[in-house]
Amino acid sequence: MERLISKALWLATLALPLAAGAQGKVTDDAVRIGVLTDMTGYYSDLAGPGSVLAVQMAVDDFGGKVLGKPVEVISADHQNKADIASNTARKWFDESKVDVIVDMVSSSTAGAVMPVAAEKKRITLLSGPATTAFTGEKCTPYNIHYTYNNWALANGTGREVVAQGGKTWFFVTADYVFGKSLEEDTSSVVKSAGGKVLGSARHPSPGTTDFSSYLLQAQASGAQIIGMANAGADTVNTIKQAKEFGVTPKQSLAGLLVFISDVNALGLANAKGLYLTTAFYWDLDDATRTWAKKFQSHPDNKKKAMPTMVQAGLYSAVTHYLNAVKAVGTDDADAVIARMKATPVNDFFAKNGVIGPDGLHRHDMFLARVKAPEESKYPWDYYTIVKRIPAAEAFPSVEMQKCPLVKK
Amino acid sequence: MAQALFGQLLIGLINGSFYALLSLGLAIIFGLLNIVNFAHGALYMVGAFAAWIALDVLGIGYWPALLLAPAVTFLLGVVIERTMLRRLYQLDNLYGLLLTFGLTLILEGTFHHRYGNSGNSYPVPEALAGGSNLGFMFLPRYRAWVVVVSLAVCFASWWVIERTRLGSYLRAGTENPKLLQAFGVNVPLMFTLTYGFGVALAGFAGVMAAPIYQVTPSMGSNLVIVVFAVVVIGGMGSILGSIVTGVGLGLLEGLTKYFYPPAASTVVFVAMAAVLLVRPAGLFGRER
Repeated sequence: MERLISKALWLATLALPLAAGAQGKVTDDAVRIGVLTDMTGYYSDLAGPGSVLAVQMAVDDFGGKVLGKPVEVISADHQNKADIASNTARKWFDESKVDVIVDMVSSSTAGAVMPVAAEKKRITLLSGPATTAFTGEKCTPYNIHYTYNNWALANGTGREVVAQGGKTWFFVTADYVFGKSLEEDTSSVVKSAGGKVLGSARHPSPGTTDFSSYLLQAQASGAQIIGMANAGADTVNTIKQAKEFGVTPKQSLAGLLVFISDVNALGLANAKGLYLTTAFYWDLDDATRTWAKKFQSHPDNKKKAMPTMVQAGLYSAVTHYLNAVKAVGTDDADAVIARMKATPVNDFFAKNGVIGPDGLHRHDMFLARVKAPEESKYPWDYYTIVKRIPAAEAFPSVEMQKCPLVKK
Repeated sequence: MAQALFGQLLIGLINGSFYALLSLGLAIIFGLLNIVNFAHGALYMVGAFAAWIALDVLGIGYWPALLLAPAVTFLLGVVIERTMLRRLYQLDNLYGLLLTFGLTLILEGTFHHRYGNSGNSYPVPEALAGGSNLGFMFLPRYRAWVVVVSLAVCFASWWVIERTRLGSYLRAGTENPKLLQAFGVNVPLMFTLTYGFGVALAGFAGVMAAPIYQVTPSMGSNLVIVVFAVVVIGGMGSILGSIVTGVGLGLLEGLTKYFYPPAASTVVFVAMAAVLLVRPAGLFGRER
């Protein structure tokens, strides 16, 4: 019996690509998008329910159907845990027939899901995780890193701050993959721009609320710039307590990964003057304003928050995916990913964004400075865009990424 | 180098006074009610949120909030004790732990649903803004205030419990509630008020913390584990033990941050294990 089943399975696998090729259509009669994100934890305001909403909006704006089949959105909470993320991904691929998993904020979860997706030939669209290696040594053929990565964040903020005279740096770093990689990337940018790194203090994350002892070390180092290689609540508390302990304004803070939700939580009085690099700002031009206001006033957006770059990037990524499915006439992962990489992205989020053979989406980034309370004229008027960083400068080149899939 | 050491020790003292304030409430509740109050961290969070909501919605500032927020958690505590905890006194104290843990999840979930996780900023009150340079470090005036007030509240509570008539009832209730009732003391009411007072201390700590930390739904869950370790080391239910241990562990953490930073987040638990090996009842506890 067992042999019979295995034979049948074997035959089925042989027949499957043929069937797909013959029909060239949507498998399982639907395109299913799984939003795997942090629904209740540290990153739930910058991704979480807002990510699910952005994906749903993209599907609705697309008409809810592609190639005559419905597009379904499902979501789950990965709780920032790698094992939960990979188990959910397996279940989604095997049982729920999910075609593409998106978001995966927090690098450890993305790192766990990507190999599973590659094994099952399904697509992952990352918006939220930042580890540069996802399109470098850890790259997979079915992955696109869409919104930002550590290299871009480090480069945007690091280079500009050094250029403005911030030559000596000290890092306050979240002690896990993401923070260490961000510190490493920023250190090399600072050094190559002629600056000097004096040291770093690593804090457990998540779970640290009191940053005073790390700030004290930063203060003692005498560095001009304190680079915050952390995110979310950690960054917020670091900024707040730096002000309390008189670290700022004598020394300046550089935010390496700061979201508009963080600035909103801090208030402009605490955050003013902070430099940060972002992939998206709602108040950039008419197209971003139109979309962002639609997002903000959506009935499902309970907190009436403006979209973060993670959420805006997801809308763009999912739209790009659905366009590719429509263009190639199938949801077959190989065909779709090839099409996505071959087509430039042009929408409110990216102008002439190009997805490289390594899976990294290269698009313009923005260096922003947080406004002082008196400069802010209306709600969410938080950033002054200092500089538009062209895609070629903003992201590492394909050669630099050293993705093993890319043939030399 | 000595500068950095003094700096870390002072920060340890600041954190330690927070630990003391929170663990004091836990110790009082455990001592009399024999309840392991896992909801302590959540009520600390409620206290901080009460202060923030008072400011944001009603325009009530820090000073009134110092009384208002503990009053809110006190009332919440009274309701919890009267409607739920009361039914569990006859059972193993594991049930109390489970109930209060469940309450924690409900409280945190509710606030999370309404306010999200990024939280809100609470400004430092004007009178306590700024700070002074001590030579080895910059001491924010607000943190100095936290140390002074926390220790004052701790020792006032200790004095009431150990040195007054009311306190003697409390201690008698800890020893033998039935006998105390026979003497005509309203023990159930005393239980209710004690729980209310214990969690009011948590609410008070919440207001104290609001200007320092971001006010978020999860702010209590980070702290409560350390605070439990403090109570265990001090000796479950020992008032003086929790105060002294709270401050002591804060200092120990400060020292560790200076000498070997990676161990700073675990040193409290190493100390707990070591103390339990040598003195299973804790430093100030008595074998029962």
